[in-house]
Amino acid sequence: MEGITLDLLILQLFTGLALGAIYVLLALGMSLLFGMLTVVNFAHGAFYMLGAYAGIVLLGFGFNFWLCLLFVPLVVGSFGLLCERFLVRRLYGRGIDYPLLLTFGLSYMMVEVVRIVFGTQGMQFDTPDMLVGATDIGIGYFPTYRLFVIGVTFAVLGALWLFLERTPYGLIIRAGARDPQIVRILGIDVARVWLVVFGIGTGLAALAGLLAAPLQGASPEMGNSILAEAFVVTVVGGMGSLVGAVIAGLLVGVVVAMTSLLAPEMAQVSIFALMAVVLLIRPQGFFGRAGLMS
Amino acid sequence: MGKSNKALLSRRTLLAASSVLAMPAVLRAQDSTIKIGFPVPLTGPYGTEAQDQVRCAQLAIAEFNEAGGLGGRKAELLVRDDKLDPGEAATRTLELIEKDQVNFIAGSLSASVQLAINNVAKQRGILFNSISQSDQITALPDWSTTTFHEAMTPHLTAGAVGRYAFSHFGKKVVFLRADYAYGNEMVDGFKAAGAGMGIEILADLRHPLGTTDYSTLLPRIQALKPDILVMANFGRDQQISIKQATDFGLKRTTKIVVPILLYTSRVAAGAQAFEGVVGGSSYYWGIESNTPSAKLLNDKYRKAYENRVPSDYGALGYAGVRSILMGVKAAGTTETAKVVAAMSGMKYDSYKGDQEFRACDHQSVQSVFIVESKSKDMANAFDVFNVLATDPANADNLRSCKDQGHV
Repeated sequence: MEGITLDLLILQLFTGLALGAIYVLLALGMSLLFGMLTVVNFAHGAFYMLGAYAGIVLLGFGFNFWLCLLFVPLVVGSFGLLCERFLVRRLYGRGIDYPLLLTFGLSYMMVEVVRIVFGTQGMQFDTPDMLVGATDIGIGYFPTYRLFVIGVTFAVLGALWLFLERTPYGLIIRAGARDPQIVRILGIDVARVWLVVFGIGTGLAALAGLLAAPLQGASPEMGNSILAEAFVVTVVGGMGSLVGAVIAGLLVGVVVAMTSLLAPEMAQVSIFALMAVVLLIRPQGFFGRAGLMS
Repeated sequence: MGKSNKALLSRRTLLAASSVLAMPAVLRAQDSTIKIGFPVPLTGPYGTEAQDQVRCAQLAIAEFNEAGGLGGRKAELLVRDDKLDPGEAATRTLELIEKDQVNFIAGSLSASVQLAINNVAKQRGILFNSISQSDQITALPDWSTTTFHEAMTPHLTAGAVGRYAFSHFGKKVVFLRADYAYGNEMVDGFKAAGAGMGIEILADLRHPLGTTDYSTLLPRIQALKPDILVMANFGRDQQISIKQATDFGLKRTTKIVVPILLYTSRVAAGAQAFEGVVGGSSYYWGIESNTPSAKLLNDKYRKAYENRVPSDYGALGYAGVRSILMGVKAAGTTETAKVVAAMSGMKYDSYKGDQEFRACDHQSVQSVFIVESKSKDMANAFDVFNVLATDPANADNLRSCKDQGHV
């Protein structure tokens, strides 16, 4: 391949990390729901899409983008709480396929409602003025907004880590995931813990959707294709592992970016080839606990 | 054996009886309204454009009726949603012909859908005037004598845009195409136009239809520093890829050129994303300053639809229906063969200056407008393009009839 310089390779690596950042946010929420609640959330892509549309609605009410970053996860996360409280909760302990089918149906309903309310056309989402344009990062120009997305992702990761590892509430969540029965015996309302976890997971999906909106606009189907990619990330990282979601998300981004550079026509396949290879060598993924699915 | 003969006989009697019964109905249909079937994708990604096509087509119908119709016979538009799906379009077209007894068909907004409609219409000997881009429809084996093509062809559009871009912005070119008929036909058109102009193709990249992230392709394009980046994609793909290329700072070194710059896309996406992008267009309302027929159409549209202006694809809806009705008037009848004869070689000026249906393939020979997206000094919400140049109507810019298999 001619014309491929070291600078270009590094720039491409960076592009991959930025792409991976969105995967990380999406996969993180999915992994959280699976690891803690054993819920395979097929509506995750729909919550992601809802995040983008919630942003449009809030911007319409006069919120600015920064306030949206705070309120969109809260609003959509609250909707997630309702879904858990009145739908998903009834299916705990009935096997993995019940919540899977429920969320699958839920995603269709959410997409259809958005189509009815906002139209099938999709909507434009302008990049916030402060983040428009490209920044010279020494090796070439890189979109300022994508740098911002990488920044937000790492900030969210830091906050989530602190919450889970350093707060009493995080301790309860981790304990509840490991052995709900003992936690219940200790007098803790596990149902409430699970409710909160579902809210956090869907809120994270909404944040990812909001962050993706200035890159690609909002459309009712935007969650469909990225859901498949987020599943790949979750599976490669290990179902239920947060560290796995982060590492796999970034890795998938980089793999797609590098194949696009060297063999563009293979870029689409590369992500699934990566999954096949990882599953052959390590069926539970990088950090997955074996037997969690059974 | 005897039994099946009997069944056949009774079916034959039934058929004969029903055709006798149907005869007056057919006669009545011929005496009364002139029905034009109009299948377009009202729902789906091109819904905005399709709805504007309907609005404009209604103007052509109203104009015909107000002028007295065909000796008192009024025209009527039968709009159907083809859902941008060839199968759906074929079914709707069949219904229009068999059940609604339409005299003519106009419409479609996709390369493959128009071929499906054409296929049904030509088998039943119904005249079809297509209003969306395709190279295939005017060529054999798809074409038939009842096939007309009001819209531009990819070969014509890409050729006009290519000739302008390569002589104004430079010769080093990168192609980024959506990997399906539209992208491929357009890139072929650009390459054909550039062949004699000494262009240098630095890269020819493909992306699947419906891609939402182009970031992984952009650093490479940026590093190649082309004079021109041709984005041969459409609709949402076009909006997203242009926006992301802008974010990567590509416009610093490179002119972004698209085969078709849609009025509706530009209005939806806003000035920021499309700033400075150059592309081809079949129509822009702004040509009314020097084109009387455009002024007439715009004024009709403004009056009927809250002072707004017709879009490019919308205006094609007007022209597509109007051409048929002009043919009907010239022929003095709705009989397909006579209308075909009247339209073949017909010279007209419906909305964009002089046009002519080339006799050999019924392609409308027409001008192409090279437009640039505006980001400042906009007089109103509709003022989105500057017309940089007009590629005049010239049959030499089309694929020759011989190339398309016509004798």
